[in-house]
Amino acid sequence: MNKTVNQKAWFLVLPVLILVAFSAVIPLMTVVNYSVQDTFGNNQFFWAGLDWFDDMLHSDRMWNALGRQLMFSCIILAIEVPLGIYVALHMPKKGFWSSFCLVLMSLPLLIPWNVVGTIWQIFGRVDIGLLGYALDALGVDYNYTQDTMDAWITVIVMDVWHWTSLVALLAYAGLRSIPDAYYQAAKIDQASRWAVFRYIELPKMAGVLMIAILLRFMDSFMIYTEPFVLTGGGPGNATTFLSIDLVKMALGQFDLGPAAAFSLMYFLTIMAISWVFYTVMTTIDKRDGK
Amino acid sequence: MTDTAIPNVVTQATEMKIEKPRTTSKRMRPSGGAVVMGLYLLFLMLPIYWLLNMSLKTNSEILGAFSLWPRNFTFENYATILTDPSWYMGYVNSLIYVVMNTTISLAVALPAAYAFSRYSFMGDKHLFFWLLTNRMAPPAVFALPFFQLYSSIGLFDTHIAVALAHCLFNVPLAVWILEGFMRGVPKEIDETAYIDGYSFPAFFVKIFTPLIASGIGVAAFFCFMFSWVELLLSRTLTSVDAKPIAATMTRTVGAAGVDWGVLAAAGVLTIVPGALVIYFVRNYIAKGFALGRV
Repeated sequence: MNKTVNQKAWFLVLPVLILVAFSAVIPLMTVVNYSVQDTFGNNQFFWAGLDWFDDMLHSDRMWNALGRQLMFSCIILAIEVPLGIYVALHMPKKGFWSSFCLVLMSLPLLIPWNVVGTIWQIFGRVDIGLLGYALDALGVDYNYTQDTMDAWITVIVMDVWHWTSLVALLAYAGLRSIPDAYYQAAKIDQASRWAVFRYIELPKMAGVLMIAILLRFMDSFMIYTEPFVLTGGGPGNATTFLSIDLVKMALGQFDLGPAAAFSLMYFLTIMAISWVFYTVMTTIDKRDGK
Repeated sequence: MTDTAIPNVVTQATEMKIEKPRTTSKRMRPSGGAVVMGLYLLFLMLPIYWLLNMSLKTNSEILGAFSLWPRNFTFENYATILTDPSWYMGYVNSLIYVVMNTTISLAVALPAAYAFSRYSFMGDKHLFFWLLTNRMAPPAVFALPFFQLYSSIGLFDTHIAVALAHCLFNVPLAVWILEGFMRGVPKEIDETAYIDGYSFPAFFVKIFTPLIASGIGVAAFFCFMFSWVELLLSRTLTSVDAKPIAATMTRTVGAAGVDWGVLAAAGVLTIVPGALVIYFVRNYIAKGFALGRV
């Protein structure tokens, strides 16, 4: 759509600008402020320059949390994206069963995040949970509160349970936009099922899949509530991801300087990924000629 | 995922044969797909079923014999929640700030989304991008500054503080979703209305709003959901008077001797609002999560 140039449109945007400035810019400036100062309490601050940033860049704690975070994000993407596509390809196309599947699949997406943690906390317990009890009955030594590997598997399965439907729903939306003529042409060419997927469905889904991957990456990159409720970051620090570590530092230990420097670097990383996200979205919009 | 891993091989083999008459026989198709979907849905439903199952058991049954369904069917756990103010006030508090947040977000987002979808103005693209970064910003970064900001202006432990804090991600979300719907409305409608002598406010309320009613519904739903599911900020900004249900639940877990039945019942009740409206927004879920871009 061709847009008219109209500078007065600023007045329509102004309420959003003021509100978001209040809820985003002011807090962010506080963070910037803390990140370059040090304090001994009593509200006396003095200039610390970039020392906190230097500290954090050489802190094993942050690098370890970042490592765990990246590993977590990569693993869940590697599972959720193929699984989501696979499920989307098998969803009923229309009618009652299509609605039925849509509703049931959306259900995990709408459960409060702490309840997701609670559900899996109960589900995985050896004494009262179905999963834990079943594994125990099968002779598997499973205990997500003690064993690092078990904790990781549980957190990952929980995330797959929680968010695969999102990838599936987006891929499904992409699939539905493919005209029937494409499939008919493929049939005339006697294309194999794989060829249909590779040369028709996948390219047509590419746009929405990009969005799905970025959304999942971003959201898993700032995951807090679910692992916090499930494992509390443990055993030890095994499932302490970036957000959990940051909250521990900022609200638990009240280390304002390091936490602020950490926050800023975290936020800048997110900004950079958001920019990729934005570019992808606008490119897709242009290509589809909306 | 473990549930679906094994049968994949089997279903894929059958899938090949059934796949060919794709356009002609949609009724035939489910036989291969139904297995995959069935297993996937089973995987999704089992943990939820288990929560429901637990919520209908007495604590002695939960900790005593292991059973797949409640033997001594009881609504005791729900009764506890609905009669104890420290529990049900959690729901009331959550609902209050969620509704406040949804109202504020939609009220400011509607005109802004209209401006973004219709006009180009100085810095529009930057502003649109900046909004996105706030949707993507980790709440953990904002927890401490929010706590200090709202404490310093005397709003700590009030509903409005949480509602305003959630605007951080919900306002951008609402703007993006609404813009996605509004750009689907042809611009000629606006122009015709102005020629017919409508003023901007009259046009917006009488003509434009009904046209994007579904978009408003979807935006409201997602604002509601994202505010409803958030824990970190709502927990940080409240202590007693505005304590949300999510915080009530997590604090119970820490206590010695967890009341599993009540905890499960509380969890089931938090799923209810989403489950109630899910049917009406089923075709828009993908669009809403993808910020109106699908």
